[in-house]
Amino acid sequence: MLFTSYGFIAFLIVLFALYYLIPRRFQWLLLLIADALFYYCAGWQGLVFMAATVTVAWASTNLMSSSLAKQKSFLSSPPGKELSREERKAVKKQGEKYRKRIFILALVLDLGILAALKYTNFVIHNVNSLFGANIAGVDWLLPLGISFYTFQTVSYIIDVYWEKTEAEKNILRVALFTSFFPLLIQGPISRFGDLSRTLFAEHEPDFKQISFGLQRIIWGYFKKLVIADRLLAAVTTLCGDPTLYTGAYVFFGAMFYAAELYADFTGGIDITIGIAQVLGIRVQENFIRPFFSRNIAEYWRRWHISMGTWFKDYIFYPLSVAPWLLKLSKAARKKISDSFGRKLSVYVSTIITWFLTGLWHGAAWNFVVWGLLNAVFILAAEEFKPLSHRFRTKHERLVSSFGYRVFETLRTFLLVSSFRILDCYRDVAVSFKAFFSVFTDFNWGSAFGDLLNIGLSAGDYIIAGIGVVMMFTVSCIQEKHGEVRELIWQKKLLPYVLFTLLVLAVLVFGAYGVGYDSAQFIYNQF
Amino acid sequence: MTKTKTKVHIIALLCTVIFTVLAVWLLGKLLQPKYMSGVLEGAMTAEYYNETSPHDVIFIGDCEVYENFSPVTMWEEYGVTSYIRGSAQQLIWQSYYLLEEAFDRDSPKVVVYNVQAMKYSEPQSEAYNRMSLDGMPLSAHKLAAIRASATEEEALISYFIPLLRYHDRWSELSSEDLRYMFRRDPVTVSGYLMRSDIKPMSKLPSPPVLDDYAIGDTCWEYLDRLRLLCEENGARLLLIKSPSQWPYWYEEWDRQISGYAEKYGLDYINMLPLTEEIGIDWSRDTYDAGLHLNVYGAEKLGLWFGELLTEEYGVPDRRNDTEIAAVWAEKSEAYHALYDAQQAELKEYGYLKSWTLGEEK
Amino acid sequence: MNELLEILEDIAPDVDFESCDTLIDDGYLESLDIVSIIAELSDAYDITIPAREIIPENFNSAEAMYSMVLRLMDE
Repeated sequence: MLFTSYGFIAFLIVLFALYYLIPRRFQWLLLLIADALFYYCAGWQGLVFMAATVTVAWASTNLMSSSLAKQKSFLSSPPGKELSREERKAVKKQGEKYRKRIFILALVLDLGILAALKYTNFVIHNVNSLFGANIAGVDWLLPLGISFYTFQTVSYIIDVYWEKTEAEKNILRVALFTSFFPLLIQGPISRFGDLSRTLFAEHEPDFKQISFGLQRIIWGYFKKLVIADRLLAAVTTLCGDPTLYTGAYVFFGAMFYAAELYADFTGGIDITIGIAQVLGIRVQENFIRPFFSRNIAEYWRRWHISMGTWFKDYIFYPLSVAPWLLKLSKAARKKISDSFGRKLSVYVSTIITWFLTGLWHGAAWNFVVWGLLNAVFILAAEEFKPLSHRFRTKHERLVSSFGYRVFETLRTFLLVSSFRILDCYRDVAVSFKAFFSVFTDFNWGSAFGDLLNIGLSAGDYIIAGIGVVMMFTVSCIQEKHGEVRELIWQKKLLPYVLFTLLVLAVLVFGAYGVGYDSAQFIYNQF
Repeated sequence: MTKTKTKVHIIALLCTVIFTVLAVWLLGKLLQPKYMSGVLEGAMTAEYYNETSPHDVIFIGDCEVYENFSPVTMWEEYGVTSYIRGSAQQLIWQSYYLLEEAFDRDSPKVVVYNVQAMKYSEPQSEAYNRMSLDGMPLSAHKLAAIRASATEEEALISYFIPLLRYHDRWSELSSEDLRYMFRRDPVTVSGYLMRSDIKPMSKLPSPPVLDDYAIGDTCWEYLDRLRLLCEENGARLLLIKSPSQWPYWYEEWDRQISGYAEKYGLDYINMLPLTEEIGIDWSRDTYDAGLHLNVYGAEKLGLWFGELLTEEYGVPDRRNDTEIAAVWAEKSEAYHALYDAQQAELKEYGYLKSWTLGEEK
Repeated sequence: MNELLEILEDIAPDVDFESCDTLIDDGYLESLDIVSIIAELSDAYDITIPAREIIPENFNSAEAMYSMVLRLMDE
């Protein structure tokens, strides 16, 4: 069931109505039923894999937590005489060892499913081309949203292991956390401790929250259907023929893709968070106007936040304190140089983290290269920090001017858009060739003249243009004054008027229905 | 929230809903194709509901009926009252439901079904489905017809909220859309879509060899239902193959239809071998080289078929019924006016400007 | 404590470690800074800082970091 299908809209209406009609204590169970239905529509096989993941998460967390509880009660009132310090340590150590074993087993099982289903073909392909082997690829299904829900359960297992979160005893609640349908398709990858606060609670209908939720949903549909899916035609055309569309076309393609991806992904997240808000559930934000970022590191704190923090908390930090890496950096400090050794652990962790981030996006080298490029630029920025610090103190007036801010923002935007070319063409060599052709093929004249021949009509440009201006305006208001809906809410009837207009705009100008291959959300595939 | 505030919100909410529904309806009306110029076929289904007097004969089928028979000729020569419930690429289940609906308002003595569409046993084209079905008012017949016809890309709901289907026409809106938002001009006379231009038949391509000549099960099922429906309503079902030369009508199909007709005691008339008897001149009586007859051919066929209907099927001459005669007088007038208008355009431009998409269609 | 402040100022010279207690929440320290700090602290105090300790509460102020160090030295 796609977010943009009539079936899904009907599903939502029925769900919203039932949710506030039934006794409140059953609300979360209703959600679980809705999840099952939603997931079943994508094929029952997926349900089996999800059930396995849920079971692993539930069993492992409960085993760990009961072990911890036992250990605690043993230490607080040991049978017989008081324990010495050493004895206490030994008991702790033994418990930790046991929990670690369960923890690792759970991770292997959980991530193993993901790895097997998603990366087997990638591995086979690479083995084949490396060793000239001829192993046949496999044709396994990729359950809907597996990357997202696996990451969500992995974070839960780790949080319990780290004693940040209590283990949930009720397996149905673990199932709801894993399968909560608005999050399934493209996140945000939520944490148990965060989501469980409102997910299982009883919710009375709150007029303002429901209104806000619905407003956000329609805004999401506007971005997705009016802007993203309209621009899709141009992106498909331009990326479809990299030998014909070089130079300026690549630049246009990158710009269209930036707008399309942003509208698609943030639109989808708006729908997701809006649905949750109507249900009274608080889901963390996934974007904070990322295109206003002034450098790559900031961009990644504002774009797909839940993924960034996931990799930071569960890959980057643990890696950077890994004993082997600390030992390595200590050795480097002694043997090579102090400054090199200091940086070594940061460098290694950053590179590995971004390698994995790339791989998570897709089982292909273009994603890996994309991830590594991000790492290189982030580390380079870190290297140049002293230099830029000097520059900033020397030219304080310039740096604090609006113009400079615009320059930095544009620079960052162009940089991330360039990286994204790898995502457009899905091939490393083709992408690099396309990128460099921007500087060698000066075909701006013919590219401009060709704008009406790449799948978009003049009307399409007008509609998409207005849409992009609207997104930009909303972002500017948010940046300056905060929540736009709160501002509108104070204007009595304005919310009603805007909501109606937006509904009509989506219905008329949305790229849906016959003639449109109702495009899936881009992040669906990850 | 205070009480008055709640009240304000409830009223605002109600207004929002009412306004949205109204706007969606109006926008649907505006954006729906009007079929008033160029492609006229989409307007035909709806025209039937403007009929005020009963019909003794109802035709169902595709372009091979609505282009090939002239009801006004049959009236003028024999007093036969007929209506052609035709539409472009009308599939048999659509014919069935259109007829089922027609029986609610009409009680014809003879139902004429053109068997050409028996070659399609699966939904074909979204666009043609729309042209055949959009004109039907909401009813159980329409619902069933949609269910039977819908291709995979079609959503049932878009038949009831046309905006969902036609929203994309915002970029091609014209003054025609505004003018015909709430009304239509008639495009046919008693279901007959007139064409007065001529394009002689040249050599036809040789018919392609098919993998399978068996007529599909779905088609037989609906033909059974069609037969029973006519029986129930006391109408005689007459199967015909209209004399259009192309698309090719295969021997194999003809035999299967003949067999069916024989089995159930129905009449089946294949007019292809009878064109000489009917008097059709393929160098003059077709507007698209043998696919369809033009008005000269349709009048000849009307003459021939009207005689058959009166003599073999006992369809009465209604010319003495003043009420019916008055209605048909109007039809005749409209028919001849249309004929004259087309002749005038042919003289002026050399082709039909207002009734086609352009010179070379 | 002074030793700790010296280490911190060495890593991020423009951050006011003495009074700020929202180093993480308000984004004064980035993940790369934190990793450098961890490396320095482990080295200087001969402790291992496990991943589970890397939470905002432990790094929001110099004070918090100091108490974490003391706690870990005790274990």
